[in-house]
Amino acid sequence: MKILIIGATSAIAKATARLYAEQGQEFFLVARNEERLLALANDLKVHGAGSVEHRTLDLTDTRRHQQTLDQAFDVLEHIDLVFICHGSLPDQEACESNFELAQQEIHLNGLSVISLLTILASKLKTQGSGTIATITSVAGDRGRQSNFVYGSAKSMVSTYLQGLRGKLLPFNVHVTDIRPGLVDSPMTAQFRKGALWSAPELVAQKIVKAIAKKQHTVYTPGYWRIIMTMVCSIPEILFKRLKI
Amino acid sequence: MKIYGWGKFPTVAAELFAPIDETALQEFIAEEQNRSIICRGAGRSYGDSSLAETIVSSRFLDSFAEFNSADAIVDCGAGVILGDILKLAIPKGLFLPVLPGTKTVSVGGAIAADIHGKNHHIDGCFSNFVISFNLLLASGEVIQCSQVKNTELFRATCGGMGLTGVILSARIQLEKVSSVTINQRSLVASDLDSCLDILDAHNESKYSVAWVDCLASKRSLGRSIVYLGEHGDDDNLQVRIRRSLSVPISTPSFLLNKYTMKAFNSSYFAIKGKNVDSRPVAYDSYFSPLDIIRNWNRLYGAKGFLQYQFVVPTEAGKAGLREVLTEVNSAGKGSFLAVLKRFGCANENLLSFPIEGYTLALDFKYEQNLMPLLSKLDKIVLANNGRIYLAKDARMDSATFKASYPKWEAFCELKRKIDPESRFRSLQSNRLGITAETTQ
Ligand SMILES: Cc1cc2nc3c(=O)[nH]c(=O)nc-3n(C[C@H](O)[C@H](O)[C@H](O)COP(=O)(O)OP(=O)(O)OC[C@H]3O[C@@H](n4cnc5c(N)ncnc54)[C@H](O)[C@@H]3O)c2cc1C
Ligand SMILES: NC(=O)c1ccc[n+]([C@@H]2O[C@H](COP(=O)([O-])OP(=O)(O)OC[C@H]3O[C@@H](n4cnc5c(N)ncnc54)[C@H](OP(=O)(O)O)[C@@H]3O)[C@@H](O)[C@H]2O)c1
Repeated sequence: MKILIIGATSAIAKATARLYAEQGQEFFLVARNEERLLALANDLKVHGAGSVEHRTLDLTDTRRHQQTLDQAFDVLEHIDLVFICHGSLPDQEACESNFELAQQEIHLNGLSVISLLTILASKLKTQGSGTIATITSVAGDRGRQSNFVYGSAKSMVSTYLQGLRGKLLPFNVHVTDIRPGLVDSPMTAQFRKGALWSAPELVAQKIVKAIAKKQHTVYTPGYWRIIMTMVCSIPEILFKRLKI
Repeated sequence: MKIYGWGKFPTVAAELFAPIDETALQEFIAEEQNRSIICRGAGRSYGDSSLAETIVSSRFLDSFAEFNSADAIVDCGAGVILGDILKLAIPKGLFLPVLPGTKTVSVGGAIAADIHGKNHHIDGCFSNFVISFNLLLASGEVIQCSQVKNTELFRATCGGMGLTGVILSARIQLEKVSSVTINQRSLVASDLDSCLDILDAHNESKYSVAWVDCLASKRSLGRSIVYLGEHGDDDNLQVRIRRSLSVPISTPSFLLNKYTMKAFNSSYFAIKGKNVDSRPVAYDSYFSPLDIIRNWNRLYGAKGFLQYQFVVPTEAGKAGLREVLTEVNSAGKGSFLAVLKRFGCANENLLSFPIEGYTLALDFKYEQNLMPLLSKLDKIVLANNGRIYLAKDARMDSATFKASYPKWEAFCELKRKIDPESRFRSLQSNRLGITAETTQ
C-alpha cells in the first residue's frame, strides 16, 4: 500500500505509521519539523517500511499545498491512502478576545485541511481509487464553552467530509472521518490525565482497523461514540449552563 | 501532579515535562536553570529514584535510528522500551542479552540502573552491551560515552540513576539466537541450602532464577523452585503477543495478608513443586511472567509496597540469607514469592549494584511498622558486606548507602565536576546524600 501522511510527526500519526510500516507499506511524509521528520523516516524504515520519502511544509501555507501534493503523487505514482493528521489545540480564552488568533487556529485546523482535501479530491478522482482518512475530533460534535474555536474548525472539516464522501463515491474513493477522544499526546501535555485518556498507540490500532474496514465515522476509543451521544442529547437549556 | 514509582511509595507532587524531541529537551535544560531535574523512563523503578519536583520524561525519545541486523546492533532513543526492541529483534534471530523481570523498561532506565538479568553470572550487566550512548549534561553539552571514550562518565552513568545527566540515545549490542523458546528445567529445593547448592551446581546454565517461599519457616526455610533456562534449538523466531489482563483499580490491601499469601504460596508449591525435566516455554513466560497482568502493583492497595532487593557476597551467602529470611519470617511480614539469583563478578561502574554472590528480592506491602523491620535487614546486609539495589530502594539511609557502595565518593567527585549545582537530583539522591537536600 502507498500512503501519504500529512502532519506525519503528530503522535497519533507516528503510532499509526508504525503499524503500517510493520506491514511493509510505502510512505510519503509531510510535516513541518525537519529533525522529527527525519527521525520518523528512519524509525519507519527500521519498523519495516518499504520506502520512505518526506518533505517539510508549514501546512498553514496553503499556496504550497499543490506543489507538495504533486511531488507526493510523482514519487508514489499511485496513492492508496491519504492520512491527514495535523492540528493544534488553541487557547480558547485568548481566541475569544482576539480574532486574529481565532482566525489562525481556524485556518490551521479547518481551512488548511479543506485546501488539502480540494486538491486530493481531484487527484483521487482521476486516479479512480483510494481512501482519504482525516483526523477531526469529538470536540466538533457539539460546541462547548471551554473549546468552541477548535470545535468549530473540526466540525467544519467533519461536515465537509460528509459531503465529499458522497461526491467521491462514484469515483471509488472512500472518505473516513476519525474522531479521537482524549489522547495523551504532546498536544495535550498540559492536561491532568484521568481514566478517559488513551495512548496514541491504542488509538492507532483502531484507526488502522477502521481504514481497512472502510468505515465512515470512527470514534476512538469506541466508547466516545456513547459519550458524545449523551453529550449531544443534553437539552440546550441545560447545556448552555454547563462549563464543560 | 502526583507521581510515583512502580511501588507507589513514596509519591511526590511534581511537574512532569515530556519534551517532544532531543532539541526540545536540550532547550528545557538550558532554559530552566533554576530547576533541579530528574529524568524518568518507564517508571518501573520501585522507589524514588525517578522522583523529584521537576521530572522530564523520555517518552517521546522513542524512535529507532538504525537496526543493523548483520552486526546485531540497534541504535535508538533512550525512551524506547525493551519489549519494542524485542519485537524487531526476534524475527531477525536477535535477542536482548540482558532482560529484567519486565519488558516494560526504557533503554535509559536500563542503562541508568545498569540492570541485570537471570544470566548475570554469565553475561554481567546491561552496560556490557552498551556500545555507546549520548548524554546531555547540565551544561547543555551532549557528549558520547563508551567503554573507551569518556570512560569515566560511562562508568558513572551506567548505574548512576540519572544523576550525571539525561541519556538521549544509545547503541546496543544484541545477541544472536537460533530460537527464543526457552528450554526450562525446574528443580525443587526443600530449603535454602539446597537452593543455593542447585544454583551453584548449575552455574554454567545460561539462565537461572529461584522462586523462594519466604513464608515457609523452620526446616523448610528458603524452600524454593529453581528454574534453569537455555535457548532452545527449534528455530522459533516468533514474537509472542500475549493479551494481558489489567488490575483496573487498587484492590483493598487487606486482601493481601499473611493467610491469603500463605494459601497462595502453598498452592503454588503444591502445583509447581516437583522436578520437571527440560521443557520448552515461551521466552516471556520465562523472563517476565508478571507482564501478563498489567498494573499488578495495584494488588498491593493504594498505599503501595516496597521491594527490598539486596546482594550478599558468596562467602557470606548462606548465613546472611538465612538471617534475613528468619527475620522476615518472625516478623510475619513475608511477601508472595521472593526471587533469588546468583550474581557473577562486579563490574567497574561506580554505582552498579551486582557483586559476586546471591541476590534476593522481597516484596512488602507498605505498613507503618514495616520500616523498623527493613532497618534491621539493612544491618544484616551491611554486616555481611552486602548492599541494596538503588532501582528498588525507597528508604535506605545515607550511612547504609555510603558504607555499602565504596565508590560513592568517586561518583560524587565526578558529579561535582560535571554538575556543580546538582541540577540532576532525585528524592533518592537527596536521601542518600549524593546531592544535598535543599529546597528548590
Ligand atoms: C516487575 C519488575 C521486575 C524487575 N526486574 C528487574 C530485574 O530482573 N533486574 C533489574 O536489574 N531490574 C529489575 N527491575 C527494575 C527495573 O529494571 C529498573 O528500575 C529500571 O531502571 C527501570 O527502567 P525505567 O525505564 O522504568 O526507569 P525509571 O523507573 O523511570 O527510572 C529509573 C532510573 O533511571 C533513570 N533514568 C531513566 N531514564 C533515563 C535517561 N534517559 N537518562 C538518564 N537517567 C534515566 C531515572 O532517573 C531513575 O534514576 C524490575 C522492575 C519491575 C517493575
Ligand atoms: N490529543 C487529543 O486529545 C486529540 C483529540 C482529538 C483530536 N486530536 C487531533 O489529532 C490530530 C493529531 O494530534 P496529536 O494528538 O497527535 O497531537 P500532536 O502530536 O501535537 O500533533 C499535532 C501535529 O500537528 C502539527 N502541526 C501543527 N501546526 C502545524 C503547521 N502549521 N504545519 C504543519 N504541521 C503542523 C504538529 O507539528 P509539529 O510537530 O511540528 O509541532 C504536530 O505534528 C490533530 O488533528 C488533533 O487535533 C487530538
